[in-house]
Amino acid sequence: MPRTIIPAAVSFGPALRPNVWDLAVLPLVLAILWVLAFGGAQMATPYNIGDPLSITLDPEALPYYLLRSFLRMAAGLLVSLVFTLVYATLAAKSRYAEKILIPVLDVLQSIPILGFLSITVTGFIALFPGNLLGVECASIFAIFTSQAWNMTFSFYASLRTVPHDLHEVADMFHLSVWQRFWQLELPFAAPGLIWNMMMSVSGGWFFVVASEAITVNGQTITLPGIGSYIAMAISERNLPAIGWAILTMLIGIIIYDQLFFRPLVAWADKFKFESLPGEEVPTSWLLDTLQRTRLLRVFSAVPVLLWEWSLPVFRKRFDGLAATDRLNFRLPWFDRVWTLFLLGIAAYAVYRIGEYVQAEVGLDEVLHVFVLGLATAVRVIVLIAIAALIWVPIGVWIGFRPKLAQAVQPIAQFMAAFPANLMFPVAVILILHFNASVEIWTSPLMILGTQWYILFNVISGAMSMPSDFRSVADNFGLKGWLRWKRLILPGIFPSFVTGAITASGGSWNASIVSEMVSWGDTTLMATGIGSYIADNTQKGDFPRIALGVAVMCCYVMLFNRQIWRRMYRLAEERLRID
Amino acid sequence: MTDDNELLIDLEGVRKFFRAPDHSDRVVLEDVNFQLKQGEIVALLGKSGSGKSTLLRIIAGLIDANGGKVLYRGKSISGPVHGVSMVFQSFALFPWLTVQQNVELGLEALAVPAAEREERALEAIDVIGLGGFESAYPRELSGGMRQRVGFARALVMRPDVLLMDEPFSALDVLTAETLSADLLELWQERKIPTKGILFVSHNIEEAVAMSDRVLIFSSDPGRVKAEVPVPLAHPRDKDLPAFKAIVDQVYAIMTQRPLRPAGAEALSLGYRLPSATPHKIEGMIETLIEPQFDGKADLPALADELQLPDDALFHLLEAGALLGFIRVDEGDAILLPLGRTFAEAETTERKELFAEQLMSHISLASHIRHVLDERRDHRAPEGRFIQELEDFLSDDEAERVLEQVIAWGRYAEIFDYDYTSGVLSLPEEDEEERGDGEASSGEDAAAE
Repeated sequence: MPRTIIPAAVSFGPALRPNVWDLAVLPLVLAILWVLAFGGAQMATPYNIGDPLSITLDPEALPYYLLRSFLRMAAGLLVSLVFTLVYATLAAKSRYAEKILIPVLDVLQSIPILGFLSITVTGFIALFPGNLLGVECASIFAIFTSQAWNMTFSFYASLRTVPHDLHEVADMFHLSVWQRFWQLELPFAAPGLIWNMMMSVSGGWFFVVASEAITVNGQTITLPGIGSYIAMAISERNLPAIGWAILTMLIGIIIYDQLFFRPLVAWADKFKFESLPGEEVPTSWLLDTLQRTRLLRVFSAVPVLLWEWSLPVFRKRFDGLAATDRLNFRLPWFDRVWTLFLLGIAAYAVYRIGEYVQAEVGLDEVLHVFVLGLATAVRVIVLIAIAALIWVPIGVWIGFRPKLAQAVQPIAQFMAAFPANLMFPVAVILILHFNASVEIWTSPLMILGTQWYILFNVISGAMSMPSDFRSVADNFGLKGWLRWKRLILPGIFPSFVTGAITASGGSWNASIVSEMVSWGDTTLMATGIGSYIADNTQKGDFPRIALGVAVMCCYVMLFNRQIWRRMYRLAEERLRID
Repeated sequence: MTDDNELLIDLEGVRKFFRAPDHSDRVVLEDVNFQLKQGEIVALLGKSGSGKSTLLRIIAGLIDANGGKVLYRGKSISGPVHGVSMVFQSFALFPWLTVQQNVELGLEALAVPAAEREERALEAIDVIGLGGFESAYPRELSGGMRQRVGFARALVMRPDVLLMDEPFSALDVLTAETLSADLLELWQERKIPTKGILFVSHNIEEAVAMSDRVLIFSSDPGRVKAEVPVPLAHPRDKDLPAFKAIVDQVYAIMTQRPLRPAGAEALSLGYRLPSATPHKIEGMIETLIEPQFDGKADLPALADELQLPDDALFHLLEAGALLGFIRVDEGDAILLPLGRTFAEAETTERKELFAEQLMSHISLASHIRHVLDERRDHRAPEGRFIQELEDFLSDDEAERVLEQVIAWGRYAEIFDYDYTSGVLSLPEEDEEERGDGEASSGEDAAAE
């Protein structure tokens, strides 16, 4: 990619002397660097389990907490990106690796993220004894698990769908593996990857908030950050503090969007393989300003130099006349041996898990947990249905009005990014006030944050419906239910499915924090697998956490396979407009 | 073999097969012998599926042959060779790279220093007539300009041998002619170091206009069926009788054998049915009875009248011949008595006639109909037939052939197909004699 960022500007001529734009940008860059260095230094402070970590509810401390949460998010994203590039590339390039990596990824993405946190935190603390960095890592790991899988799937899918003729060009012009990755594969995958990074960060705020206050063996460790601030405010029943936290979060999300994603998306637009006519080109004031600076040209000389330096190092040294060109190690029997080997390992793992569960919790409890899972499943289905009934008509109404849609769309996307768990205390207060049923009224919390995915996908589906279709419908006087049945529903179905998949996955994850909510020392608990995991996490009962997580994982996979994948295929094959 | 250096490319007994899912081999190329000598341009012509693109890719080193010798200047090829470059049908430019970056791609791979790279790339861009567009992105360019970038990218490598896979077929006629004329000029004035050009074409006139020799491939398995030398000086006038004679000759050879009129024996199940919609077949037959042809048309004239590219015309002719409506002889399409009846009939009769011919000559069609007749619910999933076809054809080809027979079967109303479920069934009238066949369309009216 370095080659493609900017036109070559290796010579340091007068063109590289600072200009007006540099004056504006330089302080900004220095400030960002300083803030990052300061926050980073704070992450590795000495700490032993049991030491009190004081969180102050003073609103003036919030910018600092926001910075710490920011850094966790950024670290999680960076780790996710590196993981994505390595894991997906391996899976796409090696048939043997693919056979194990892809199913593993499929399971990983179905595991509830907060389950990861409970299971891994002890290990991370042991890794950095006497230092807060271990807990910090556990939190970052939780954020990573909320971000990495969809990015990896997207990158893998892109690698597999690089057009055949471009591969042939790469072969024909002797591109090395190195050159191929930076000039063909990564650019081709970039738009999808960046879109998924945005979705990841958007979903990630929820887990930043949820993962900062970690419970280890009955002890609660609170990392400095927005999430801990909220946790503190909840336990002290401080409503104004929650208001301040919500405000800070709003500002934080806007900053992330403006300083990071907008420039990135605007820049990545050139990697789009084919653009539709009339499609709006994303813009960013920051990118525009940056591109006018000479500073950027100076900095961009670095990747260009690196790229030039790397070319001879990684170059392919022989062509098709050399006997070494095509080495084929492919042994037909090795495929079968490999498959058998993997199946053997899987069977052994299942056997050992069964044994462990039998010894620690017993079969009865396993059945009980499956019933709890059913309760949560019913909640998810009912909530998605209700959300669809509410948001589909509204989304279509908005989507058919382009001006309005332009205004509403960013708000919907912002709402999806906003960590809904910040709002939970309000719900608890309401439920207590009206003395409402806990089983029913904690449920909407599950979908509080994820319903927006349905809304903004439906809006974009309705917006992208060709206007001829609507003209035809008008022309033939298609009205009422018939209009919905023949035109609108089929038209938005693919976008709706995309939104509903995200909403459903998010709801399962959210069940862990939403089926058990507290306000001060009042705790409301609904029956479900989410509260089962949350409850056992607090108790530090490792086998039961594992059981809960495994069962939820089964449900999520079942949902994905039996419902969403089918609907997705239906949408892909039949209702695509092209 | 007089002098090894004279021969750029030398193929001896090349064979290529692809392995079908049931582990049987489908032979794509069989015993192909071919030599490209210094200073020649050779065109490869053949029906789609005759393996000419596969052959080009074997020479390019993009795929391996399964047998025989593939030599470049006397040395065996096992991968892309530095002296060989290629131009692609789809242009295949990297959309995120500028024109210059696209052209420099291969030089970067050879680790040519930046300054020299730039110099060579700018020169190639200039030569091909794109000067001034160095910093443009491919999406800003028209199709013809994009293909010029494709040429510059190949020529900047200073190849000995230039391979081109239908380089002009994605362009409109005028653009294609300008571009091929420009290339010929560069070649003749020795502005490019290339010593031999081999290209695949589906346009007979284009092949004759450009090349010194035309090689014609037969299909299933692909092999060189004939070679037609083109001993005409450049630039060639397409209206010259000598030129027209060669074009006619190529047409005649290409339609020689596989276009037998439907005889007594039905085609085998796995026959590669040609791609031709029933309405195109109707159109061709209607054109043939027009006074200017009166039942007999010279193929180039017919291609012109129908405004079809050559490969589409061949598919159409083959379909017409298989169904017994026409016969192709010595480069002429001749309407048979049955075709005349068809042309003069009304829609319903046409469909009946079409159905009759389909049932008696296309065994895949009659096979499907029999299966549906025998089944109690008169329904069968398409997968079943695709599987049967895959014994003979590649996956893609099996799907294409089934799609084709479904299009014909639907037109002839001998069976029906539901896209959503992928199920073939008998048409409703046949299924329940008469009755509530309108149930599904009645629903719409009721909803109103």
